[in-house]
Parts: sequence; C-alpha cells; structure tokens
Amino acid sequence: MNTDRPGGFLDNRKASACIHCGLCLASCPTYLETGNENLSPRGRIYLMRAMDKGAVPVTEASASAIDTCLGCRACEAACPSGVRYGELLEETREHINRSVPRGWMETLLTKVFIEGILPHPERMEIALTPARWIKAAAMDRFLPAGLREPLAFVDPHRPAQESLPPFSQTARDPSRGTVALVVGCVMDVMFRETHRSTIRLLQRAGFDVVVPEAQGCCGALFAHGGNMAEARRCAAHNLGSFNAPDLKAVVINAAGCGSTLKEYGQLLSNDPRWAPSAMAFSAKARDLSEMIEPECIDWLPPRFGRVTYQDACHLAHAQRITEAPRRLVRHVARGGYVEMSESDVCCGSAGSYNLTQPEMAGRLRRRKIGHILESRADIVVTSNPGCLLQMKAGLESAKNRATQVMHIADFLAAHLPA
Amino acid sequence: MKLGMHRATQDESALLADLRLILGSPQILSDPLELLVYECDAYTLEKKIPSIVVLPNSPFEVAEIVRCCNKHQAPFIPRGAGTNLSGAILPIENAVVISLTRMNQVQQVDLENRRALVEAGCVNIWITNAVRSAGLLYAPDPSSQTACTIGGNVATNSGGPHTLKYGVTTNHVLGLEMVLPDGEIVWLGTTLEGGEETGGLDLRGAVIGSEGMFGIVTRVVVNLSQIPQSWRTLLGVFASVDDASQAVSDIIASGIVPAALEMMDQLITQAVEAAYHFGFPLDAGALLIVELDGLEEGLEQQAMEVERLCKANRATEVRRARTDKERADLWKCRKRAFGAIGRLSPNFLTQDGVVPRSKLPEIMRFIQHTSAEFGLRIPNVFHAGDGNIHPLILYDESNPDEVKRAVQAGNRILERCLELGGSVSGEHGIGVEKADFMEKQFSQPDLDAMRSLRRMFDPLHRCNPHKMFPNGKRCMDFAPRRQISV
Ligand SMILES: Cc1cc2nc3c(=O)[nH]c(=O)nc-3n(C[C@H](O)[C@H](O)[C@H](O)COP(=O)(O)OP(=O)(O)OC[C@H]3O[C@@H](n4cnc5c(N)ncnc54)[C@H](O)[C@@H]3O)c2cc1C
Ligand code: SF4
Ligand code: SF4
Repeated sequence: MNTDRPGGFLDNRKASACIHCGLCLASCPTYLETGNENLSPRGRIYLMRAMDKGAVPVTEASASAIDTCLGCRACEAACPSGVRYGELLEETREHINRSVPRGWMETLLTKVFIEGILPHPERMEIALTPARWIKAAAMDRFLPAGLREPLAFVDPHRPAQESLPPFSQTARDPSRGTVALVVGCVMDVMFRETHRSTIRLLQRAGFDVVVPEAQGCCGALFAHGGNMAEARRCAAHNLGSFNAPDLKAVVINAAGCGSTLKEYGQLLSNDPRWAPSAMAFSAKARDLSEMIEPECIDWLPPRFGRVTYQDACHLAHAQRITEAPRRLVRHVARGGYVEMSESDVCCGSAGSYNLTQPEMAGRLRRRKIGHILESRADIVVTSNPGCLLQMKAGLESAKNRATQVMHIADFLAAHLPA
Repeated sequence: MKLGMHRATQDESALLADLRLILGSPQILSDPLELLVYECDAYTLEKKIPSIVVLPNSPFEVAEIVRCCNKHQAPFIPRGAGTNLSGAILPIENAVVISLTRMNQVQQVDLENRRALVEAGCVNIWITNAVRSAGLLYAPDPSSQTACTIGGNVATNSGGPHTLKYGVTTNHVLGLEMVLPDGEIVWLGTTLEGGEETGGLDLRGAVIGSEGMFGIVTRVVVNLSQIPQSWRTLLGVFASVDDASQAVSDIIASGIVPAALEMMDQLITQAVEAAYHFGFPLDAGALLIVELDGLEEGLEQQAMEVERLCKANRATEVRRARTDKERADLWKCRKRAFGAIGRLSPNFLTQDGVVPRSKLPEIMRFIQHTSAEFGLRIPNVFHAGDGNIHPLILYDESNPDEVKRAVQAGNRILERCLELGGSVSGEHGIGVEKADFMEKQFSQPDLDAMRSLRRMFDPLHRCNPHKMFPNGKRCMDFAPRRQISV
C-alpha cells in the first residue's frame, strides 16, 4: 500500500504500469457487452488512479464501475505492459469497502451469504436445507425468477454425504509421490462426487492422495470482495493444515480457489511470520489439469458426442492455463472435440458476481449460452464449479435439455476403466 | 482537482434532452465521472473531457445523432477503440463523442467472392477469426489489431508489419457506408453485392485516411485474402543498427518481397525479453525479423538468399522459427513490443516518421544522438522494410521538464525525417499531435487543396474539428486540463 499520498491506496508502481494503450479492451466481457469504456479495464484503471489521487471522490456512484468488474482478469492476460490488474482491483475494493457505506441488502448479501455462509461447509449445509424443502415440495415455481434460478441446481434430495477418504493409495508401484487435495468450501458441499473423480484420476496418474482434515476456505471469496484481512487469515490457517514437507503438490480442482492458492505468496508477502511458508505453498499449488498427462492413462473410448471446453477465467487468465485442460479433453473426446467461439470470455459467474450483479451476470450468461448452442456441443466441459452452475442454469432457462455441463474431473473420470 | 467543474450549459442540456429522444439511457454518458476516460486515447499528452458520449446501435441512430448535433450546432467526433496515437479523437470544443463500439458485428461473409460486410466498431482481428476456418484472413494487421476497430483503421488508413507485401487498409476496403456530417447516409465504393470496380471519382479512397473528418463510417465491405500456403520466418542478429539497415536495403534490392521486414534495437529487445522471455540475444545491437510467405515452391531458396544477405552484412547469427507456435510467439513479441516499454517508463511518446530506406542508418544515428542530447531513453521497433520508424520516447508525465524535452525530441526527429526526404507519419495519422508539421511537409497549395476537399464533405467543420490542419485551434487555446489521473 502506498502511504506517501493522502488517500493513496494503490501501489504506485503497479498503477502507473498502465500506459493507456487500450489493447485490453476487447478482452473485457463487460466492455464487449456495453461498448462503454468506463466498464473496460482501461477505464477502471483510470478511475482507480483518479480515486487514488483524490481527484474523484469515492462514492457509491464512482464505485459502481469497479463493482461491475468480474475480476475475471482477461485484461491481465491481454495486457502487453504486464499490469497486475487483479491486485489493483483488490486494493481498490478494500479501499471502497472502508469508505463507502453500502445499503442493507448488499451488506446482508456480502456479510451473511457470501462471507458468512459460502466459505463454511457446515453452515452451507444448513442454508441449503430450506432450499431443498422448497424444491422437494415443487414449490419453487411460486418464487420470483431471481430466486428460482439459483435453486435450479439444488438437489432436492440431500445427497449421500459420505465423507472423502483421508488417504487414497495409488495402484501404481512405485507411487509418484503424495499429493494433497484442497476440497474448498462450496465445492465440498455441492461437488463431493467431483472430488471423488479427482481422487480417482490422481490415483490413476500414479499419486497417493491425502485430504487434510483441518483445511478451510482458501480465502478467494474474501479477497475478490476486497476483504484482505480475512483472506490473509484463511491463507494462514491453510498453511498450517498443509504443512507436510514431503507433499509433492497441493492439488485443486476449482480454478477460482486455485489462483488464490497460487497467490498466497503475494497475499502474505508483508507478513514475516508467514511469507516464507506462503511462498513455498504457492509453489506447490497445482490445478488438476497440470497433474495428468493424457497419454499416461488408458482411457475408455469416447462416451459422448460433440464436446467443447469453456475456459474458467481463473485458470485461463489468472493462471494462464489454457492448453493443459484442452489437451486432456481433446485426447479423451478424440474427433468429437470442437472449439466454441469466445471460450475464453467469462460466463458471468465470477465467484459471487451473479449474486451481487445479477443484471450483467445474466447478460453474459445469455451471451455464453448463445455460443454454446452455436457450437452444437453435447457436452461443455469446464474447470470451475461456479462456471458449471452458471452454464447449467443458463441452459435450463434457455429450455435446453440436450446439452450437459460437466466438471473436467467428472468428464475425465467417466472415461476411466473400472 | 475535483471533478464536477464542468456543469452542463443550457445548450448542452437542450442537446441532451434531444439525444434522450433518440437513444436509451445506457447509450448516453453525460456524468463527468463517466466522461473522464474519454478525455484522451493512447496519446496521453493532451486531454480534454467531452461534453457527452453517445453509443449508437445502428447507422440510423448515428444519422439521427448527427442531425441532432447539427440542430444544436455541436461538434461531434467519431471514436473507435481509442488506440490511436496522435490525439485524433481529442474532444476540443466540448464535442460530442460518437463511439461506434456497440456496432461491432461481422454481419455477412461472402466466401465465394471473398468479402465480408462488417460494422465499423468490429475489432480488426475478429474478421480474421470469423473466416480463418475457410482459409481466409483480413490482411492489414496493425500491432493493435486485437483491440482497434475497422472504423478507426479506415480513418487512419492503418498498416502493420505485413503491409510491406500486402498493402494498407485502402488496398483491402472495397466500399463503405457513411453518415455524412449533415446526417445523410451514403454508400461509397462497392457494396457487398456490387462489382469489383465502381465508376466515377474514388470517394471511398478519399475517406480512407481522413481521420474522422469526412463523416462517420458505419459499415465496411472488406476484401479477404487467402492464408499463405507456406512461410519462413527468420531472425537476423546484428551487432549494429547500421549493419541491419544495410541488410534491409540489400534484401529489397535483390528483388525479394518479404511479407514483413521489422527491426528492433537493443533497448527494445531487452524490454521485450524481460516481458515475454522469448530468448532474444540481449547483447545484439539490432534484430531483424524477416518473413517470407506464399507457395512452398521457391520459398526455401528465398530464405537461403535472405540468410546469405544477412551474413554478408555481418549478422552474427540467423535463426529460424521452426514451428507455427515459435512463429506465433515471435510475432506476439513484436506486436506487443510497444506495451513492453510500460515496464521501463510510465509514459511514452511514439513517433511515426518515414524516411527513404537508404536513409535508415542515418536517421537511426540521429535518434541516438537526440536521445543523448535530451537525456531521454529512446528504444526503437519499426517497419524497416517501409522505412517507417517508431522511436519510443520515454518520459514521466509527473515531471514537467521531461514532458517538454520529450515533445522537443520528437519534433526534432520528425524535422530530420522531412530533411531526409521523408514524411511525418507512416500510419498513426496526424491528429492534433503533428498538425503543425503539415506546413513543413506540404506546400500551401497542397494544403489548400486538402482543406477544400474537407469542406466538400463538411462545410461547417463540425466533424472532428481542429485536427490534421495547422492553425486549427489546439486544445491549449481551451485551457486543457492536465490528465486528471496520473
Ligand atoms: C500498441 C499500439 C500499436 C499500434 N500499432 C499500429 C500499427 O502497427 N499500425 C497502425 O497503423 N496503427 C497502429 N496503432 C495506432 C492505432 O491502433 C490505429 O490508428 C487504429 O486504426 C485506431 O483504431 P481505433 O479503433 O482505436 O480508432 P480510434 O483511436 O478510436 O480513432 C482513430 C481515428 O479514427 C477516427 N474514427 C474512429 N472510428 C471511426 C468511424 N467509425 N468513422 C470515422 N472515423 C472514425 C477517429 O475520429 C480518429 O480520428 C497502434 C496503437 C497502439 C496503442
Ligand atoms: S491495462 Fe494494459 S493493455 Fe490495458 S490500457 Fe493499460 S497498459 Fe494497455
Ligand atoms: S477483470 Fe475482467 S471484467 Fe474486470 S476489467 Fe478485467 S477483463 Fe474486465
């Protein structure tokens, strides 16, 4: 943080790296939708700098361009000048949170739902209960659309929550080493099957898999909203839980959490107690797709027809991983693989964005569904739970029942020999 | 400085009220907060906040906006992605900015005749993306092609590295739809269904390169080219810019027409390497990228000849891109080179002068000399094959003295280009930045002729006023605000 200017909240060196060239514009989903440069990376950085200098007051109105940012970081991948947009965004959001009082509805959403429930698997279970009742009683059609859609993905019958084995051994001898699985918070409740798929895949690839019990939320939900103190607390907690020196890798199957894990080093860089172990932890963090070479497994023949891949923003842009998952999906789907256009553009899910910015989230979802239908794919594979739910809900409301959305782990595991 | 100083005048309020009858509210920006980012383009030396920004959805809306501006006697300025480097969209006189960014579709592709009808706000690379699977591409490839719009390309007659062989925008635009400054919608040149040639005066050609002064382009029919069957991409490593420049002359003299012939000096190579880790040699005085393309037959022979000519000019090494990916990476480095200097300096001023190819060594020596004289670093990356230089003068906006020196150094280099028989702009346009140079490059009768052509299109000087021609009001006359966010 910069303290030599009044009101200064941006790291000046990072902020001035933007040379205003505009090359990032066409990568930004909100700009693609609106054509409005205020809703582009260049516009947002311009505004951040003006706020930072005190030239523009920080108010609800001036913050709205920042609020509508997805944090998808497509601009970062497009920027030739190496602007670290994600960090500028977090610094700005933190400042806005300090300066602007928000309405009660927004506070409720952020403090109770996004920060209070989502990161806590046990609370989420409870929170989902009424939703399940409503669904089971088929009462959801009486709800307003805004509430009905998120319910679309709630399974009315509480899935059998058999817990994950703390240790799974590979059949390969010798093993390629032990890796730890990060189960996340939202993921753990709603996608436990996906975790099982992940474990099976890692075993096939030759790794022993441990699931450390004491782990908690990775902190991504807090960091993206600008609550850096809480994000740091989560990070520090996890450093303790994954502190086994002989771990070969810390594996995650949710892109949004993955990028945060890889940034623990940066997040805790100013805390001498944690900085070294945070660096070491981040160096070990891997997305699932980085762990599996397609050739090392004898896959079953393709089970689905046309398959396409939707980049998860935090994998493609924040971690710059676009080829590894494609190689896997292409390898398994063989000739059935097709690219869809704008596969690298955000679907509008963006963590809690579809809760805080439903209008823009809806527009981006419709845009995405248009491209999915245009590709005529039977299966859309992706690497993040949020994206998956967003596309599912989108297909649902487009009355499309033919197209399925699958997490890459489940898609790949469906092709593992028994 | 606090925002909100500019309060809408009565005239502006009346104009705004009329615009609201034409457009929906997300299509009109008038809050000072939202106008801020529209105060400049990629040329950040001069700034001025517009009075209103409008985002039309169709040619009809554009025409209505223009008529409305006329009714209220307000000047208006077409704007694309704002990647332009000469301040050609500076909203002098509280102009209304008409942003074409919502009109951005590839509307129709005619594979048989290899043409496409695209809207003005369509991003350059999207055209190629839409037709690549049919083995086609849109040839002009400005380094900003992932962001800049076809309307902006038309207005500045953009080129790119592959211009050497394939020509500039005007060689690939068959026709265009435009809203004239009085609000009439006209079509100039070929339509999507029309024949290759149209009779009469080539007004299409007059509009291309007119920097938004002749009207607002709304749709364009572009010509599509075949993706070359084969390619060879070579990287020549030289000890000095002099040697590399001589190699350029020799390659052209040998009768070979490379698709691209680009040079990077040591300073820019170091910056690019730091940014993208391509594996460029850091101790080289100059690098030459030579691309040959076309039918496979004979290509290898040409490549060997280029290699020989480089070595004859003391190239220490000539590398080749072996795979599509290596070639793509190399071009990515070249095309993103401008951006890499953001890592060296907060601001840069790029010049766009042209010299006869034989004068390249001389102008490059002059630039080095200027760099030392003004105490500013000046890396170079440019279209050597066209003699089109791009010295990037590095400065820091927060240091007023450096700003002054940067402007002086830039002017000095452009004057030298003229003395060497060249021109002040190859592709970035004149805008406000180089307007004063027009008198140095052109005679009075030439300038008068240009002005009267402009009057034919826009008798009242409402469309992008005070650009290109000298003695126009500079924004200095309007007490410009310094960049509000540094
Ligand atoms: C990093 C970088 C690299 C670049 N490399 C190149 C290069 O290699 N070659 C090159 O030629 N240029 C280059 N440029 C300059 C710039 O990208 C081009 O001039 C481009 O054509 C501008 O397009 P735009 O959509 O951004 O237009 P803008 O910057 O928005 O506008 C440019 C001009 O076009 C006019 N205009 C825009 N749209 C319309 C319309 N619909 N109708 C009428 N007039 C209109 C404007 O009034 C203005 O005068 C580069 C710029 C950057 C930042
Ligand atoms: S963020 Fe990067 S790409 Fe965008 S305007 Fe700034 S420097 Fe250019
Ligand atoms: S993070 Fe995404 S939405 Fe935000 S400015 Fe960058 S590209 Fe746009």
